[in-house]
Amino acid sequence: MRDLLPEIRTWQHQGKTVALATVVKAWGSSPRPLGAKMAISSEGEMAGSVSGGCVEGAVVEEALAVLSSGRAKLIEYGVSDDLAWTVGLSCGGKLEIFIEPLS
Amino acid sequence: MEQAILDKLEEKLAAHETVAVATVLRGPIAGQVLLDATGRILAGGFESEQLTAAVAVSSKSYLADLRSGREEIRIDDQTSDLFFEVYPPPPQIIVIGAVHVAIHLIAFGKRLGYRTVVIDPRTAFATVERFAEADELLIEWPTEALAKLVITDNTYFAMLTHDLKIDLPAIEIALRSPARYIGTLGSKKTHSKRVAALREGRFSEPDIARIHNPIGLDLGGRRAEEIALAIIAEIVAVRHGRP
Repeated sequence: MRDLLPEIRTWQHQGKTVALATVVKAWGSSPRPLGAKMAISSEGEMAGSVSGGCVEGAVVEEALAVLSSGRAKLIEYGVSDDLAWTVGLSCGGKLEIFIEPLS
Repeated sequence: MEQAILDKLEEKLAAHETVAVATVLRGPIAGQVLLDATGRILAGGFESEQLTAAVAVSSKSYLADLRSGREEIRIDDQTSDLFFEVYPPPPQIIVIGAVHVAIHLIAFGKRLGYRTVVIDPRTAFATVERFAEADELLIEWPTEALAKLVITDNTYFAMLTHDLKIDLPAIEIALRSPARYIGTLGSKKTHSKRVAALREGRFSEPDIARIHNPIGLDLGGRRAEEIALAIIAEIVAVRHGRP
């Protein structure tokens, strides 16, 4: 979070809205620890990471949906996911990610 | 996350205080709170007073262990799925000796999220221009400077002067502290003088064995940047339990 704050503040000063994605559960060989974070601006810019690059693209999409609805979301990613081919974790781990708007 | 929580969180992180954020991920009562190290609520809230009280109680164990975690709290047949995220104070690197290697070590340390402190009584070395990136620059003898700092088991010392009259008092203080890492720059000859002085100062062999000398992993580099990289690499390894 410390390292994301400057970026979040810049986006907010530019009048963009910001969503925050946090790893709230990790199983198996997930590459990022509990609490790993990524911030996403309403323009689709990102800072930080929640995986080794496996699910960030999908998280940006979800974050934009969260920003337009204003409602937080809890999403699970993993090899058994329907989207395994597109956003599965190549490491075989599973992640649960909470995406919330900063309001 | 509400702006009020974000603002307060930013303020507390900047002050290097331990705080936690508790968030309802799933459940009938939404909400989020920011708690201080004692479990007192600093910002945010839940609509249910019972949940607020239960969260304050649960937060204590996470704050005490400085770990984040997930927990379900049941109130009147309703379950709330919560995430407790603890923000411990950052690890701290204390560099004794405002030498060239120190400039690069501070830069690497900052990049990796360490709080950085440089101590050197020699005004020719310890200048604000050279150490603009450091969180603290103390132009004092180590004994005076270290008395002002909190040394925890998440503190890492790099002694870089290889001048015994500056290094030795700092090593003695570090050895009496819970510091996780003590590395010293210097040849075998310099180090054997240090060891002899420490033995005379009644330090035990296990105490002396805490010192990493020569400092840093053996990467083979000779440039100041390369030596700084070897030192920060050793600090990272020690921090994560590698020998």
